[in-house]
Amino acid sequence: MKLYCLSGHPTLPCNILKFKSTTIMLDCGLDMTSTLNFLPLPLVQSPRLCNLPGWSLKDGNAFLDKELKECSGHVFVDSVPEFCLPETELIDLSTVDVILISNYHCMMALPYITEHTGFTGTVYATEPTVQIGRLLMEELVNFIERVPKAQSASLWKNKDIQRLLPSPLKDAVEVSTWRRCYTMQEVNSALSKIQLVGYSQKIELFGAVQVTPLSSGYALGSSNWIIQSHYEKVSYVSGSSLLTTHPQPMDQASLKNSDVLVLTGLTQIPTANPDGMVGEFCSNLALTVRNGGNVLVPCYPSGVIYDLLECLYQYIDSAGLSSIPFYFISPVANSSLEFSQIFAEWLCHNKQSKVYLPEPPFPHAELIQTNKLKHYPSIHGDFSNDFRQPCVVFTGHPSLRFGDVVHFMELWGKSSLNTVIFTEPDFSYLEALAPYQPLAMKCIYCPIDTRLNFIQVSKLLKEVQPLHVVCPEQYTQPPPAQSHRMDLMIDCQPPPMSYRRAEVLALPFKRRYEKIEIMPELADSLVPMEIKPGISLATVSAVLHTKDNKHVLQPPPRPAQPTSGKKRKRVSDDVPDCKVLKPLLSGSIPVEQFVQTLEKHGFSDVKVEDTAKGHIVLLQEAETLIQIEEDSTHIICDSDEMLRVRLRDLVLKFLQKF
Amino acid sequence: MDPECSRLLPALCAVLADPSQAVADDTCLEKLLDWFKTVTEAGSSLLLLQENPCLVDLLSHVLDLKPQDVSPRVLSFSLCLAGTFAAQEDCFEYLQQGQLLLGLFGEAGPLSWAAWSVPTVRSGWIRGLRSLARHPSGLHFLGDSGALDALFSLQGDSSLFVASAASQLLVHVLALSMQGKAAGSPSPQGSAWPTCAQKIVDHVEACLCSTAAPQVTQALNVLTTTFGRCHSPWTEVLWGQLSPLVAHLLESDPIPAAHSLVDLLLSVARSGPRDMAVGGPSSPVFASADCGLWETMARMLSCLSPTQAGPLALGTLKVQHCPQALKSQAFKILLQPLVCILRATAQAPGPPGLLDETTEGGSMTVDTLLSSKSACVGLLCQTLAHLEELQPLPQRPLPWPQTLLVEAAVIVLQLCDGLAAPSSSEGGRLCGALAGCVRVQRAALDFLGTLSQGTSSWELMPQVFAVLLETLESPASSPTVLKKAFQATLRWLLDSPSPPTCLNLGPHAPLFLKELFPVLQKRLCSPCWEVRDSALEFLTHLTACWGGEADFREVLLASEVPKLTWQLLRDPESYVRASAVTAMGQLSSQGLQAASESSGHPEGQQGLVGELLHILSVDSEGFPRRAVARVFTEWLRDSHADVTRDTQWFVATVLQMVSRDLDWEVRAQGLELVQVFLAQTLGQPNPNCPYAVTLPKVTPPSPLPEVLRTLCQLHIFDFVFRALFDCDRPVAQKACDLLLFLKDKTAPCRGLQEPGDSSDVTSVEATLQRWQAGEQGEPLGNLEPEEVLAALRSMDLKGLQSRLAESSDHVEKSPQSLLQDVLATVAVLEENVADCY
Repeated sequence: MKLYCLSGHPTLPCNILKFKSTTIMLDCGLDMTSTLNFLPLPLVQSPRLCNLPGWSLKDGNAFLDKELKECSGHVFVDSVPEFCLPETELIDLSTVDVILISNYHCMMALPYITEHTGFTGTVYATEPTVQIGRLLMEELVNFIERVPKAQSASLWKNKDIQRLLPSPLKDAVEVSTWRRCYTMQEVNSALSKIQLVGYSQKIELFGAVQVTPLSSGYALGSSNWIIQSHYEKVSYVSGSSLLTTHPQPMDQASLKNSDVLVLTGLTQIPTANPDGMVGEFCSNLALTVRNGGNVLVPCYPSGVIYDLLECLYQYIDSAGLSSIPFYFISPVANSSLEFSQIFAEWLCHNKQSKVYLPEPPFPHAELIQTNKLKHYPSIHGDFSNDFRQPCVVFTGHPSLRFGDVVHFMELWGKSSLNTVIFTEPDFSYLEALAPYQPLAMKCIYCPIDTRLNFIQVSKLLKEVQPLHVVCPEQYTQPPPAQSHRMDLMIDCQPPPMSYRRAEVLALPFKRRYEKIEIMPELADSLVPMEIKPGISLATVSAVLHTKDNKHVLQPPPRPAQPTSGKKRKRVSDDVPDCKVLKPLLSGSIPVEQFVQTLEKHGFSDVKVEDTAKGHIVLLQEAETLIQIEEDSTHIICDSDEMLRVRLRDLVLKFLQKF
Repeated sequence: MDPECSRLLPALCAVLADPSQAVADDTCLEKLLDWFKTVTEAGSSLLLLQENPCLVDLLSHVLDLKPQDVSPRVLSFSLCLAGTFAAQEDCFEYLQQGQLLLGLFGEAGPLSWAAWSVPTVRSGWIRGLRSLARHPSGLHFLGDSGALDALFSLQGDSSLFVASAASQLLVHVLALSMQGKAAGSPSPQGSAWPTCAQKIVDHVEACLCSTAAPQVTQALNVLTTTFGRCHSPWTEVLWGQLSPLVAHLLESDPIPAAHSLVDLLLSVARSGPRDMAVGGPSSPVFASADCGLWETMARMLSCLSPTQAGPLALGTLKVQHCPQALKSQAFKILLQPLVCILRATAQAPGPPGLLDETTEGGSMTVDTLLSSKSACVGLLCQTLAHLEELQPLPQRPLPWPQTLLVEAAVIVLQLCDGLAAPSSSEGGRLCGALAGCVRVQRAALDFLGTLSQGTSSWELMPQVFAVLLETLESPASSPTVLKKAFQATLRWLLDSPSPPTCLNLGPHAPLFLKELFPVLQKRLCSPCWEVRDSALEFLTHLTACWGGEADFREVLLASEVPKLTWQLLRDPESYVRASAVTAMGQLSSQGLQAASESSGHPEGQQGLVGELLHILSVDSEGFPRRAVARVFTEWLRDSHADVTRDTQWFVATVLQMVSRDLDWEVRAQGLELVQVFLAQTLGQPNPNCPYAVTLPKVTPPSPLPEVLRTLCQLHIFDFVFRALFDCDRPVAQKACDLLLFLKDKTAPCRGLQEPGDSSDVTSVEATLQRWQAGEQGEPLGNLEPEEVLAALRSMDLKGLQSRLAESSDHVEKSPQSLLQDVLATVAVLEENVADCY
């Protein structure tokens, strides 16, 4: 059993598990932090960005000044943003049989895999995962395609040149494999390969293994996966949450008794408590708006935004903010808000029960109805007519490199009355803000990451008790910025096995058993013999038939009829010879009694030595040695066959035969 | 006993004796017992029994019933009752003649019945004996009846109340039996103990030698109570006899019943010096060095685990006359966890030597701190609470390591905030154990708050302020932590020592305030109402103390805080509205109200008075209205500018609203306002008046007739007279006091003519009578001062005052009504039974 690790990002995993002749890809995350090295794509021509100076080497060589621009001491690539794909060279991706998706954030690289690697298998995901994943991809494609950029920079990627660049460009990994965003056509094609599954549904893969999605409590339709055969169980835990937010709670019990538990997608901000952060978000929002400033919330169009809107729904009246407009701007804003209301079966109990009243499960419906929350596909069109300040704007993309957020950063960045509040934990807010410097706008960082923290992980592991834990290497040591926090790492026994990008792990367990079925007529013919109370044995002679990873014992063909010589010969060719078998032995030899028996039979000089595995009985006169071990007995005597047979018969007296 | 009760008593006894008539309520039986106790304390029990033979009949009847028919409640009651009567020796003899007591308390009595399994019965048995054991006859009875053995086994009873009562009774019996011996000099020989005492001491000795921890605990508990209660020479003998056994317990590992042992040692230690201090006739017990107490305590301190040693160390430090060496050992143990934390986080050492000296037991403390999160949290919280308790005591150890303690509290808070970055591996583990731990945060903040007192070195203030700011700022701080952080901040700000050369607030506070106010602003916008509330309370207190300081005023007015506070007057949470009212009242009193009236609030145009009047008239919750009433009273008292503009209009308007309020506290506050107003217009009340208002004597009192006329015009009498007949007693009391004050003031009034029996006065009195009868619909109309004076004179205010002073249930509490109640309940139950058929 092997695990191929194709992504180095612990929360955007992409691993391949080879298990019993199947090749299963676990998640397909796309690392978008690479886009932070690029200049933002402004929706409206930005003189500031256009006029940024080109970057030149220390010696004044300016051959890269078309590709690289400098802003407040940082260097950015002036080109269409590119993404860092999962490793494609480590294993032939056309051999992947299935891809299991755990949540909508972990499927963003899917089109790259399904459309460009010769992949012919099936993708499994839950319905909300697919629908919201589609929205995220659609938004991404839309953000990038609607700002066409003539220029495409590639010179800087040359290894010799990259070495000369300042950090972080110099240290960027695998830049040659960075790719531009996929197209909508590729998205549609990729999504067409997905088969929808429900929680706890058992899916057979080639009869060899069974995979089952379980609720992970993190997002709408998010799942952990169990991959099991008859005797082995691998659990894949990715993006799970134990907090009470909108999704169905996490199913922990089904993860018990795993041989291996692959643990990814823990919180990216282990020191931040989501409740405190929501409080911080609300307080800062209220403070800004009360002072007449605007609030910008860069966010994904689904996920935490639902919870934030719910908190604000309860908060705005108490904070006297009822008259402040809230705008949600995204090409998929409308679909996202509406989709969230129709996936009732995937929601937490509270929200599910609202549907029976009937009421919309999320209160943002009421915010929309009362005109407090308005949504628009983009800043163009209706929005510009309705736009009123001070206001609160939720929009993407959280990287601040593309999407409507770029416009608001340019628009509001100059005033210290305004505030940008970062709630998504995926990007470093300082790096995200770098191309907007100098910035007068206030910046508040309150990342809300509801995924498991290390305390919860340690409780989870204690409860489900897997034999082995496998996790990204980042989880096996404290975060670099807090190296003294020994509590911010996975602590379990045995210590977890860690992986990094492009590494292949041999998982530490051997398959020992395989399930074999016995045909009823064969079972009928067996004659069990009780050798101990409760334990019966029977000898079986049968033909082992293996097809589609299923093994069946079938009755052997009838003994050949002595009618025709030819026929008999043909039959004996086909069927393996059924020799007369020696009887099987069982039991153990009590050494003291054995020695007494030897003495009774005239062996006088018997000596017993204890060994690590059993005993050695020495017959010194006869220069003979009887080695008695747990599962074997050897009689070693020099060419005295008579003696050996005599001794053998004495040994056999103590054993049962059948 | 009054005749009416005597008349009811037979019926009551019959009810109690009848198993078919269940008494539904335990509390009435308890009340009956209380009543019998007062009756027997006042007179002879024997006489009582002779005059009311039904009582003895009841007791013997209970014994005659089949055990299974006896109700456990009635049985328990009878046992207590018999004990109460037998407390007097002659009555004891009387009851003994009929073998009644032996029947009730002897081995053949309830002890052997099935009802014994009910805890109430066991408890009643012990209580009965406890009352009975007051005289030598009772003592003999206890010894002869086998009750002591039963008590020994009841010490381990499954009911904690019973077990504790049994233990207490043993102590009482021991003390009682020694009382007779007190005159003679105590003798260490065992033969000198009286029989009962000997039996108890033997039992205790046997228990102390037992290997079973519960037995040891029982023995230790008996001893702890004994030494806690009795300070006689014989206790020293007892200690001399038992201390080797106690010391022997320390040799076991682990020490059995460590908690009880700690209690015992502290009880013994406390019992000695008190006698010394009193200097009574008894010789100073345990003062002699050879009694071995201090050595035992020292040994105990060194071998207990840090968590167990903490309470002993604290107790030791509180004992006034304990040797210095023991004190310093105890103090080191108490400081140990904090010292370990300072070491692990590599802080600069405190006063020279302290860190080095406290190595003894240090490794054990480190082990506890690092063993698990819960152990670490438990030990730290305990240590912080102990030191907090010790800090203000006069007997706290000297030199008191203030700097070390402040540094330790600061580092603990930093560890909780996740801000400390210690390099050692121990520090890292502490970080992991304490990060985000609310319990420790709260304890540390409380402790840090206490440390503000007595900090003479202002060099510590920057780091204290820094950590407080971090805690107040941190998004991870829970509402309770924030509340504590605000409280600690307030204490440090207000107690902050300033260097002698510095005026006003000292050098640190203004800088701190500049950073604090943005945080305060954020907290006032918190989605969590508890946080908004604590922030407002903090603001109120700070303004009250520092409202006059220029630095404070500058920072406050430059911030959004006044505006936000104003907005919180409309908060959806009533507690927050109430706190906002108080805060705005305070800000306004200090002239710190923001110019926010014009900031888009239409109501703002009317000013704060208008806003507060609005709350007073329409707020659906009581808290904000009470707060408004309090603020208005304060404003009137302090001659607030908004009030003095037209005081009469103000008082009339407020009273008009307050008089209709459904909340009695608001109405009472309205009377307070009237009181202040009267004091200002009529002059100070007499010194014996409970309302001692200190007012500047700038306003000369106006002539009385004029004042009365004004009061009439403002309908103040209408309000006060209504309040006099208020259904809530505190309001009526206050109104009565107020009218008495007025009556007193107007007594010498000669400017007004006697109104005689004019019809007006009659109608006023008639109206008042109707009001008293509960019909308050009719208004009093426009009163004339003469009518008021007449009404005041004609009313028996003194009588009313004393009637109101009696508790509202004084009628219902009479024994007669109690007896009637019990009988009535049974009658009702009977009726219900009849209904069923």
